[in-house]
Amino acid sequence: MNELLTPAVFAIQSRYNGQVSEFREDVTILVPADKIIAAATVLRDEFDFDMLSAETAVDYCPQTSPRFHVVYIFYSTKTHLYLTFRAPLNGDNPSIATMETVFPNANWREREIWDLMGIHFEGHSDLRRLLLPPNWEGHPLRKDYPLGYEEVQYTFNFDDIDLRKPKGVR
Amino acid sequence: MREIQEFTLDELKHLFTPQAITGETMVLNMGPQHPSTHGVLRLILELDGEIVLNCVPDIGYLHTGIEKNMEAKTYQKAEVLTDRMDYMYTMGNNLVYCLAVEKLTELKSPARADAIRVIMLELSRLQSHLLWIGTSALDLGAMSVFLYAMREREMILDVFEMVSGQRMMTTYIRPGGLWRDVPAEFEAAVKQIIEVFPKRIDQYEALLTKNPLFMDRTKGIGKIDTKTALAWDVTGPTLRATGIAHDVRKANPYCGYEQYDFEIPTQTTGDIYGRYKVRVEEMRQSVRIVEQALNKLPYGPVRDNNPKFVPPPRSEIGVSMEALIHHFKLWTEGFIPSVGAVYATIESPRGEMGLFLESDGSPKPYRVHYRTPSVPLLQIMPILSKGCFVADLIGIIGSIDIVLGDTDR
Repeated sequence: MNELLTPAVFAIQSRYNGQVSEFREDVTILVPADKIIAAATVLRDEFDFDMLSAETAVDYCPQTSPRFHVVYIFYSTKTHLYLTFRAPLNGDNPSIATMETVFPNANWREREIWDLMGIHFEGHSDLRRLLLPPNWEGHPLRKDYPLGYEEVQYTFNFDDIDLRKPKGVR
Repeated sequence: MREIQEFTLDELKHLFTPQAITGETMVLNMGPQHPSTHGVLRLILELDGEIVLNCVPDIGYLHTGIEKNMEAKTYQKAEVLTDRMDYMYTMGNNLVYCLAVEKLTELKSPARADAIRVIMLELSRLQSHLLWIGTSALDLGAMSVFLYAMREREMILDVFEMVSGQRMMTTYIRPGGLWRDVPAEFEAAVKQIIEVFPKRIDQYEALLTKNPLFMDRTKGIGKIDTKTALAWDVTGPTLRATGIAHDVRKANPYCGYEQYDFEIPTQTTGDIYGRYKVRVEEMRQSVRIVEQALNKLPYGPVRDNNPKFVPPPRSEIGVSMEALIHHFKLWTEGFIPSVGAVYATIESPRGEMGLFLESDGSPKPYRVHYRTPSVPLLQIMPILSKGCFVADLIGIIGSIDIVLGDTDR
């Protein structure tokens, strides 16, 4: 681990009960979902991590607790280092507080996660679907959403085929 | 039949002023098929006369589920899809994927492959900036730059075709090195580009930099300051135009960028003109890097020789049983990296492009997420365009250099 990262990692680990792991020099801290906002605020204010570089989610279906990990990758323009947070979430109605209050750019990133992964963000100012049409059913990046090989629907048999079409978990 | 539902004004009312609901201001749709939106971008504008009060970008028209598709393919096959995202920087999409896979599998690309990668990346940056200078000037009414820029871009695409057989969707950079070595004519073709380019960039500058009409349309318009840019995760020329010399090539060098001598151009104005100046200067720096890389292009292999991850050369397959087995295993089953998640970043012409790649110890990537630079750039459109004229909005869209394939994936 880079020694410039050590104070930040130690602080998050001790204050928020984080589990630190390292893989190919990428440091990841598993932070409980209810403490993620406080931990990110500390990281921004005390340790100069001024950018939320990426935010995404991973689905570990069929595992149910935790089923999802929300992944936050922070970046510091001073030390040029990355630090990853992961917040575990359970499978039924996954929901986590929005990062928008700390890093405003989380707005679209979280809309994308809601759209494609179906994770709800509490307190989000504008939680609409970002990429898919508003009336889309299901969340495609979940592992139980079928990839394809669907029957082609034409106007004359649209409803018949629609009945037996895989829809994913709604 | 299921119709695609449309937003109602009611659903968007939290994004507009109350006057929009009562009809005192006008809500106007712009795009998705509009010549100045550079692809299929739709903007919902709230206008007071000719002044933009609010702007709500609506994206997703080019969403093709590339991340989902990549998760269903082996590591080698998934790479082909990456070309289709940011279609102006295809080599970079390949590279960030290869860097992540190399990090995961601990492959190392040889020195010659790294040097050729740098040449290819900088040529890609040049052709992306050329298209940008052409189209964004075209949006502001300067027609002739576009034609000159296309002429030079053709030279670069010819080099891509020479090395990979494709002009845009190259998939030339592969995990562990390159697809194959460059042909003999490559050096002469790149030398010619290096020779003509500085003069051609002077020509574009002669047409635009001191052009009073261009300056009127760009100076002081679409302004953003450093603090806002950092908070909204804006990177690339848009951030550098606000005064921060942040560039992944210097901050976290990859492919041996630390060996090359180049500068990071910055401006302090943060407006369209500042972004223009930064990009033009970046083109000059790119030519410098290509020249240095070509002058000390080392000889040697262009692929790592670990047969568990990199296919053996064709010549070995006929004479070596092991090579044949490895070839067969690699193209039927794929390779199996260790379990873990990595994040790799590069500097694209639009900003920092990152790839989050998670492996679960199977031949297919478990989770792929592209952190693309165009998403934050489009996200700050409401901030950039607040209070400007509709005509200036066109200039702003051009100046942030969005590629919709990059935002939608």
